[in-house]
Amino acid sequence: MQTTILEVNELRTYFPIRKGILQRTAGYVKAVDGVSFRVNKGEVFGIVGESGCGKSTTGRSILQLIKPTGGEVIFEGQDVTRLNEEAMRRLRRDMQIVFQDPFASLNPRHKVSKILEEPLLVHGFGTVRERREKVAELIETVGLNASQLERYPHQFSGGQRQRIAIARALMLRPKLIIADEPVSALDVSIQSQILNLMQDLQQSFQLTYVFIAHDLSVIKHFCDRVAVMYLGQIVEMADKESLYSEPRHPYTKALLSAVPNPDPEGPRERIILEGEVPSPANMPQGCVFHTRCPMAEERCRHERPVLEQTSHNHAVACHLYASPAV
Amino acid sequence: MAQTAAKVQTVIQPPVFTNPWSEGWRSFRSNKMAMAGLFMILLFIGAAIAAPYITTFDYKEQDLMGRLQAPGAEHWFGTDDLGRDIFTRIMYGARISLWVGFSSVMGSILIGTLLGIAAGYYGRWVDMLISRGFDILLAFPGILLAIAIVAALGPSLQNALLAIAVVNVPVFGRLVRAKVLSLKNEEYVTAARALGMRNGRIIMHHILPNCLGPVIVQGTLSIATAIIEAAALGFLGLGAQPPEPEWGKMLSDSRQFIATAPWTVIFPGLSIMLTVLGFNLMGDGLRDVLDPKMKN
Repeated sequence: MQTTILEVNELRTYFPIRKGILQRTAGYVKAVDGVSFRVNKGEVFGIVGESGCGKSTTGRSILQLIKPTGGEVIFEGQDVTRLNEEAMRRLRRDMQIVFQDPFASLNPRHKVSKILEEPLLVHGFGTVRERREKVAELIETVGLNASQLERYPHQFSGGQRQRIAIARALMLRPKLIIADEPVSALDVSIQSQILNLMQDLQQSFQLTYVFIAHDLSVIKHFCDRVAVMYLGQIVEMADKESLYSEPRHPYTKALLSAVPNPDPEGPRERIILEGEVPSPANMPQGCVFHTRCPMAEERCRHERPVLEQTSHNHAVACHLYASPAV
Repeated sequence: MAQTAAKVQTVIQPPVFTNPWSEGWRSFRSNKMAMAGLFMILLFIGAAIAAPYITTFDYKEQDLMGRLQAPGAEHWFGTDDLGRDIFTRIMYGARISLWVGFSSVMGSILIGTLLGIAAGYYGRWVDMLISRGFDILLAFPGILLAIAIVAALGPSLQNALLAIAVVNVPVFGRLVRAKVLSLKNEEYVTAARALGMRNGRIIMHHILPNCLGPVIVQGTLSIATAIIEAAALGFLGLGAQPPEPEWGKMLSDSRQFIATAPWTVIFPGLSIMLTVLGFNLMGDGLRDVLDPKMKN
């Protein structure tokens, strides 16, 4: 029986838009608007979507790096949104994050040895010697050399820096790692190295990943289950095989059709979406996707579809698949 | 055979593990103007330290028979209206000016950085309170505010120093606040929070060290203005009191002799100019090194 490690219920993160000299709240940017999902222990859960759809905000809201406006984030049976600062601080050793840009996520003034030792230090692990040993051990684990510990981040390449960032996240032996586009800032040739490293580490450290990406082929390579986000909402969530073989939501279909096909003889059926993504400050009525959906009906303009299980391990938020309106 | 082997052998350079400071020093050294500034400052620091050893007179010693002597072998920079040796007074005056410059700016940096970090990091009402306080201080022209403070506390070197420090606090406060605001959104600060660091550690280890560049640059430039302000207060009789050999005071005491004994004004004036120029040149050089983005 699979155990749930992370459960997100109706997560909402709104950013107020302030106007005028009085800083009156004129509205909200609804970056994440009612997202729910469960992540099982040991699986890789992918979140995919285009820029600005709220996937990174979702990741950061789970870790309380951005305070969510509403909803629950239940990590191992504990609602982390209700924890006080100190309890949250202690819980952070179990849930870590790897950021997108390894050039920004490492403090340029700290040597690698300090970057890696700091998490142990702040959580009061061991003696100086024990900490050093652990740092040396982990840097080898991520494929770097202990002799490189006395260097500064700018003396490493992007891929090496991302390895350092991964090592830092692993220092505290977390159970869950939120990987916020960990490879999209890297060269394609390096991407697979980092992905393989993350896969190896998942085995040896028994990790659970929430893997955020915009690259569908990376997701396909890496994830067990995938959620597709659009404008702060999950429009489709399914097993990887099911999602890639029979996408249901029109948005997912369009996304998948945009993945380049290396076979020149292969079928090519690109669905080109019209128009722009609506502003999350001014969300459309009804289905968030209806403004661009080639199959939109009258109902889609008024009524927001909910995420519904259409088959085993496949859920979609679209009226085309839902039971008829009552 | 051995010869060819030696030729083939390539020189493998050992990897240089540089830290940001030594790299900075290397690029500072190649900046001629900055090095000239540093040289001027070192000259005056040397003068201040060595004053008792290189001067043969006492800076307070009056010699009314030998007043207003032109520069010569005995009195290198001449004597003033009370017959005191101007060279000696300039040497000792360097102590006062540098002391005022360094200590007042140190005070401003300390208080300004503290307030700036509090305002930038904690935001909200803390920011409102502190930033409006800075605005109020900046609403007055610096020297006027300094005069007001000294007038209220009574004229003395200590109070002049305090006044200059207060005037410069918002300069550093705003600088640090702006830097903290941008650093707060850096991903490595978010990463530090994600690792479970407390605010105190984030500030001390991640925010403060990355604020120091612009603060050092501004500090160097502010020493120059602090020296000018101290001289101005001295000139107005609000700073160092006689017989202290303060350069600004020396200028104001001798200004009636500017036509008959120009050396009494030229040397103190030149000293002020050179120290200020030295700090300005060095500050500009430091800015190029530490803060390339501010270059224009």
